[in-house]
Amino acid sequence: MAAVRALDTDAIWDVLRAVPDPEIPVLSITDLGIVREVHEDRVILTPTYTGCPATLVIESMVREALDAAGFEHIAIETTLSPPWTTDWITPEGRAKLHAYGIAAPTRGVPACPQCGSEQTEEISRFGSAPCKSLWRCRSCAEPFDLFKCH
Amino acid sequence: MPSLPPIRPEDEAVAEKIRPGGAFDAPVDEAHGRILFELALRLGDDSLILGQRLAEWCGHAPGVEVDLSLANMALDLIGQATHFLTIAAEAEGKGRSADDLAFRRDVLDFKNCLLVEQPNGDFAQTMARQFLFSAWQKRLFDGLTACADDRIAAVAAKAVKEVAYHEELAAEWVIRLGDGTEESRARMIDGLDWMWRFIPELFETDEVMTDAAARGLVPDLASIRIGYDARVRAVLAEAGLEAPADQRPILGGRRGHHSEHLGHLLAVMQYLPRTYPDAVW
Ligand SMILES: [Zn+2]
Repeated sequence: MAAVRALDTDAIWDVLRAVPDPEIPVLSITDLGIVREVHEDRVILTPTYTGCPATLVIESMVREALDAAGFEHIAIETTLSPPWTTDWITPEGRAKLHAYGIAAPTRGVPACPQCGSEQTEEISRFGSAPCKSLWRCRSCAEPFDLFKCH
Repeated sequence: MPSLPPIRPEDEAVAEKIRPGGAFDAPVDEAHGRILFELALRLGDDSLILGQRLAEWCGHAPGVEVDLSLANMALDLIGQATHFLTIAAEAEGKGRSADDLAFRRDVLDFKNCLLVEQPNGDFAQTMARQFLFSAWQKRLFDGLTACADDRIAAVAAKAVKEVAYHEELAAEWVIRLGDGTEESRARMIDGLDWMWRFIPELFETDEVMTDAAARGLVPDLASIRIGYDARVRAVLAEAGLEAPADQRPILGGRRGHHSEHLGHLLAVMQYLPRTYPDAVW
């Protein structure tokens, strides 16, 4: 029985790994680190930002994906605690962000995702989404989004 | 239906032991529920009303970056409101939802502080209001992370990082405008002057707050005030501005006595759900 359960949770993780983040679709919700726990009867999600408009969308996408894979009985719960941090973005997720043209969260000055230069400056604390700020590269002059360290 | 056997003293003793573990539902402590409702309502209303105010800027801000930042702060605040009003609705236990509280209450039932309902005015006035509020909310939420109610503590821990951004952003604008041109400086002075009289209400310790503090639900407001005053002084100094002269404080928001501005705000915010009750999309 235990073995069956382990297989089940592995299969659920596989389903969740294929659910994209609606705002940054190159990332899956597991890359983003918002899937906190998977049990044989429920999955636990956490929102990135308190007012993230994608939270409800994510929940319904997870519901659809689980149902489609035959996991109709799995409940979806959300928890605020402990609060999500960008440290939970996986290394794979960070690489995907960079390839997509978004600088991954960093405590220092972000390198330009286009040309790699570190001659960059912040244009706006808030960018196209609550989780991103707007930067510009002084070497190649391209603007880019930085996933804010949070 | 068979009648229940009489309660024996030994049963009560067992029930007392089990309650803290959560095996049975805790007895409804009415006083606690009432205080929790009041507190969560105040927190939720502060966030909701300021969120709505900031949303009024959407498409009207002085530049696209500023427009984005105001809209994103509004989103953060409305997110906080959703959580706090959900907690309030549960504490009230009358079957109302967070949406009911937001959209089906009249002006006298709103418990937000007067600062957040003040009109946007120009951009300087909006930033003056934002800085004076966020600097307070940041310190309040820091304290609320130790709230005896786990849900409030979790919302505060989640939101405090976002509020730190709001405070920083608003402080930067206070400095930039105060230390800017003659025009921007004059406008920031006017903005601060407008908002200044609403600061004392943020630290008002009425019966609800005293009771909530005794229950470990809120931090001591007097100790928050020290850090708040120091922060405000430091930012004003950097902006090259004098603190406005202390004015007669205006209180009353926590008891539902609001300025005429709130009614106009609610008329816009509540229009759709009141015109088309139970509409969904
Ligand atoms: Zn570049």
